Amino acid sequence: MLIDLLMKQAALVAAAAAVAATPALAADRVKVGFVSTLSGPSSALGVDIRDGFQLAVKLNGGKLGGLPAEVIVSDDQFKPDVARQLFEKNVKRDKVDFMTGVVFSNIMLAALPEAFDHKVIYISANAAPSPMAGKDCNPLFFAVSWPNDAYHEAAGEFANQRGWKSVYLLAPNYQAGKDSLAGFKRTFKGQVLGENYTKLGQLDYAAELAEIRAAKPQVMYIFLPGGMGINFIKQFVGAGLGKDITLLLPGFSADQDVINPVGTPMAGLFNTAHWSPDFTNPANQKFVAEFQKEYKRVPTLYASQGYDAAQLINAAVRDLKGKLDDVEATRKALKSAKFDSVRGAFRFNTNQYPIQNYYVRTVGSDGKGGLINKSFNEPILKDHGDAYVQQCPMK
Amino acid sequence: MTGIFVLEQVLNGLQFGLMLFLLAAGLTLIFGVMDMINLAHGSLYMVGAFLCAWLASKTGSFVYGVLGGVVLTAVFGAVLEVSLLRSLYARDHLSQVLATFALILILNDGVKMIFGADLPLAAPAALDGPVELLPGLMYPAYRLLILAVGFGLALLLYVLVQKTRLGALVRAGASNRTMSSAMGINVARLFTGVFAIGAALCAVAGGLLGPLLAVQVGMGENILILAFVIVVIGGIGSIRGALIGAILVGAIDTLGRTLLQHMFREFLPPQWASAAGPAFASIAVYVFMAVVLVLKPQGLFPVRS
Repeated sequence: MLIDLLMKQAALVAAAAAVAATPALAADRVKVGFVSTLSGPSSALGVDIRDGFQLAVKLNGGKLGGLPAEVIVSDDQFKPDVARQLFEKNVKRDKVDFMTGVVFSNIMLAALPEAFDHKVIYISANAAPSPMAGKDCNPLFFAVSWPNDAYHEAAGEFANQRGWKSVYLLAPNYQAGKDSLAGFKRTFKGQVLGENYTKLGQLDYAAELAEIRAAKPQVMYIFLPGGMGINFIKQFVGAGLGKDITLLLPGFSADQDVINPVGTPMAGLFNTAHWSPDFTNPANQKFVAEFQKEYKRVPTLYASQGYDAAQLINAAVRDLKGKLDDVEATRKALKSAKFDSVRGAFRFNTNQYPIQNYYVRTVGSDGKGGLINKSFNEPILKDHGDAYVQQCPMK
Repeated sequence: MTGIFVLEQVLNGLQFGLMLFLLAAGLTLIFGVMDMINLAHGSLYMVGAFLCAWLASKTGSFVYGVLGGVVLTAVFGAVLEVSLLRSLYARDHLSQVLATFALILILNDGVKMIFGADLPLAAPAALDGPVELLPGLMYPAYRLLILAVGFGLALLLYVLVQKTRLGALVRAGASNRTMSSAMGINVARLFTGVFAIGAALCAVAGGLLGPLLAVQVGMGENILILAFVIVVIGGIGSIRGALIGAILVGAIDTLGRTLLQHMFREFLPPQWASAAGPAFASIAVYVFMAVVLVLKPQGLFPVRS
């Protein structure tokens, strides 16, 4: 018995030594697992991230960092357990080098352990919850989009600049919703008349609108991405609340995916974001032009994030000269990668969340009978990180 | 809390209740007349919504879309009944549950294959704005349309069931199916007709709620449970019971959600209050059903003799 055990252990050690002894070979291609919400009322977000990502790969000749890229796309159907299964499949069966794509914080938080348990790096092209910027930060997590609180901190600051005195807040009851209103309250100096958390995925806001009408705020601030925002804004206008109450939005509820279905009531609304289609840097001009040519529509900020995620991977793999087997080296490459982001200046903070500018945009005419976002030149928040970085042990 | 606020919430509750009534009415008729537990009723609501949305995009008109969708769904319901569900009447309730549950799964994927996971449906632009009902109370025009259609159909169903020959047949069948059949009523055709009417009512609800909620696969499952609760509260086979039950459930749900939230906000942080309000309102609906069952086990307006 003991001999058997010793023999087994010896065999294992020999095998491990053999594996360790083989020289690190450059991989023959880069595999990326892309899981996102591609169906349901909020599918426009996942579809845009995917289209932005795949456009970058296409413009790089079907390659990332010089290696042929294989992007495995699947639909999480807005369900955390489906996303977990898809992550597991990508990591274990497809043996991907990177995971990316998820739109919603709750879905991503449920699926991330599948990647991290197998030492696969996750690059977030959207959700970036506040706990993971601080005490729960993880070396395998890179946010190429923004910290969850950021757009809302910018909106609070803008409300201060405008001298707005009272606000009613509304967001869905999940991590990103909590982050959003916490972010707004962090910068806003006026009075918060009401703070309402609705069910994630709720589409009928009649009861909440009656509350808002009774509270009589000067400003209404919501965080409602995707189909939730479209329905809320339509119902807000339909209930006659747009006349007396100013609607202030984060870019998530005022981008092209909302502008198109809602239409003229969007005109003139202010919103905050880290990116706007009218940015004049060469990378963005190329991105917007190519996106419109390929997909026949104006890209949203979600598409810009997908595009930047692919460009980040491209730069990192290029710097690694295609050697993807060392996770620590890949991490360092990602952290220091230099690429031309469509948003302009971009760099990672110590917690691997972005430090960047945030701008105010307003919805205006595109000159062709439609509406599009136009940005103010001066950023409302400059070189802005996040409020949680001190709690993260990574340096 | 002002009078305007309460009035607005009452209207919201009424609107929600009337749409639930459209589903519950069909369900209670099918349960009452054919003694069949139809779990696929929510799927008829989904199929109705998809057909309305698809036709609305094809014709470019919301009204034609909904009217056409209602007709097509009634036909679909009749075909389903004749081909598949007819064989279930003689069987026990468990077999009916299993078979109609399978139908839910089949219809979910079938709709996804034919139409995709979701379809857009927009209300007519003329109804996008508010109507000033009282000074200070602007209520969305579209929801007023839903209220009007809901009340109109309730009235129509009342007239149909109480004053017409078909209604008499339906009431006879619901009251005592064996005796009606023995009296020479063509039960087979009656059943197909009842099922078609039930499907048509589902389609009206689906088409009207489409712009407010989303026309997507799986939309029928949540609303189905509430419809069954209403049928149980109102009494199986009773349209009057379905109406009263639906309005009560709609009122409890909507008013409970907002009033309870106000109460909870006094001593809970906003996130907790926002989650607790709807949760307790939901509990209240089921507690109400339990109370009704204890006091009146056959429901509020039983028809079974």
